[in-house]
Amino acid sequence: MALERWFRRQRPTRGDDDATPAGLWVKCSACHAQLYRKDLVAHLYVCKECGHHERMPVAARIAMLADEGSFEPWSGAVRPVDALGFVDVEPYAERLAAVQHKAGRPDAIVTGAARIEGERVALAVMDFQFLGGSMGSVVGEEIARAAERAGEEERALVMVAASGGARMQEGALSLMQMAKTTVALEHLASRRLPYVSVLTDPTTGGVTASFATLGDVIFAEPDALICFAGPRVIQQTIKQDLPAGFQRAEFLLRKGMIDDVVPRGELKRRLATVIGLLRAGGAAAPGALPAGA
Amino acid sequence: MALPFEKPIEDLEAKIREMQAYADEQQVDLAEEISLLEQRLERLKRETFAHLTRWQRVLVARASGRPTALDHVAAFVDDFVELHGDRALGDDPALVAGLGRVDGAGVVVLAQQKGRDTKENIHRNFGMAHPSGYRKAMRMMEMADKFGLAVVALIDTPGAYPGIAAEEQGQAWVIAESIRRMSRLRVPAVAVVVGEGGSGGALAIGVANRVLILENAVYSVISPESCAAIRWRDAAEAPRAAEALKLTSADLLEQGVVDEVVAEPLGGAHKDPAAAVAATAAAVRAALASLRGLGEQEIVRARAERFRHMGRVLVDSA
Repeated sequence: MALERWFRRQRPTRGDDDATPAGLWVKCSACHAQLYRKDLVAHLYVCKECGHHERMPVAARIAMLADEGSFEPWSGAVRPVDALGFVDVEPYAERLAAVQHKAGRPDAIVTGAARIEGERVALAVMDFQFLGGSMGSVVGEEIARAAERAGEEERALVMVAASGGARMQEGALSLMQMAKTTVALEHLASRRLPYVSVLTDPTTGGVTASFATLGDVIFAEPDALICFAGPRVIQQTIKQDLPAGFQRAEFLLRKGMIDDVVPRGELKRRLATVIGLLRAGGAAAPGALPAGA
Repeated sequence: MALPFEKPIEDLEAKIREMQAYADEQQVDLAEEISLLEQRLERLKRETFAHLTRWQRVLVARASGRPTALDHVAAFVDDFVELHGDRALGDDPALVAGLGRVDGAGVVVLAQQKGRDTKENIHRNFGMAHPSGYRKAMRMMEMADKFGLAVVALIDTPGAYPGIAAEEQGQAWVIAESIRRMSRLRVPAVAVVVGEGGSGGALAIGVANRVLILENAVYSVISPESCAAIRWRDAAEAPRAAEALKLTSADLLEQGVVDEVVAEPLGGAHKDPAAAVAATAAAVRAALASLRGLGEQEIVRARAERFRHMGRVLVDSA
């Protein structure tokens, strides 16, 4: 379920540098402290007053995780199609064109080869600014291609998820991407290559219910909303208030659903460490597991 | 209760019944008149059902009196034995699992069950499974793999249940794991959308080698009501959302999401449940037969290929 409208209302903070008003000062969306923009960017979009993790643009995320100069993009050649001729208050094709123009990319994900503290990885970063990071055919295809190529090139896969869920404008084809991405991840599993998933604010719906939660190791950023059904949907269903912290990263850690909550400043080191540890068993021989096992 | 567009059909049916009763009572021969009306009825049904809007199909898919998943199971599974529980959290009546035979061969059955009345609907949570239901499904997939039993999954759910406990117990996690577990099955799997295929909660048991859908069933990434609430900011726009989502059996066949549409009796499955379950039974038997004799690796590979190619994209040539 795509919940982008709700998220838009909840979090006014803009993401991409070129989409942000050219103000020198920005307000923390949690504590409302006035922050010097350059400081916020230098602090990885973490509020230095309250530690709140603001949503982060894709380019900044890649710069933060990949060793300098190591990122080589794979994505970009796959473009979306308005397969259903979907029209709501405005045609999907027009919305897409506008968002593509603004984002400077064809869809809601960037993938590529990178090194993280020397570890060779495939890195995939979802773009929440692009139609709520929703997963249609292109996002599914880019993830599948990244998983397959990671397998061929003996790389671990690091996924930074941020998504309102499956993209409803592509109907059941979007739903099918949940299965498509899942079967593609077998190219890593069958070669015993690590897949580490990082859940950022927000990760919801069909993305949470497919590749994002299938990591060998799952980390989440502090206070990230991570859910299947969004809080509003649940509230409407049960007509009760939700418990404090419900569906936030720390709550899911207590419930045993994620491996750890990792502050942004420590994420790169932590990723490199677990990938190194998972690869320390000498089990990375190609085809080490039979297909279908 | 009749669906709005069924009213003229029901009126005509009532008229025929009345005329028949009058003829019997008064001992008059109205056979010719009745036959003419019956021809008119047939034409009316044919025309109405040939031109149903997508929203009207949604209503048929949810119609009371439509055969439930277990009604279908009863029609083609012999020696059905229900097996309960997920061995961890409990037993979820919204997702029924069991063993049985189809044409003599053993199968594992997974069935999303809506209620036939209010009482059963409450017991079944309107066919909306909790994580426990998907854990039970995965346990049964394990068993199917171990004993070489084909999996037959009947899909009929508005979606996985959106509640506090469901989220706490990892609804998203179990759906993802169930998709993966099913994609790894070394035995043939056939899925049939018999009513509502509601999003990830449906797909969790829908990763099959052959995916069938009943003529008036729907399969969608989101319910028309929720889609309307988000895209039009008004759930009352559900009929328009249903049009936009292209969620009917014909749409899904065209999109390559399903492999085959199972024809329903004229007027919809709820008008002639016996004929409807018989058609499903024949289609499932044929689908299982078509997968017989494939090797384990071929079954896994073919299923993965099926889903790997889902979607429509343009690829720039480098």
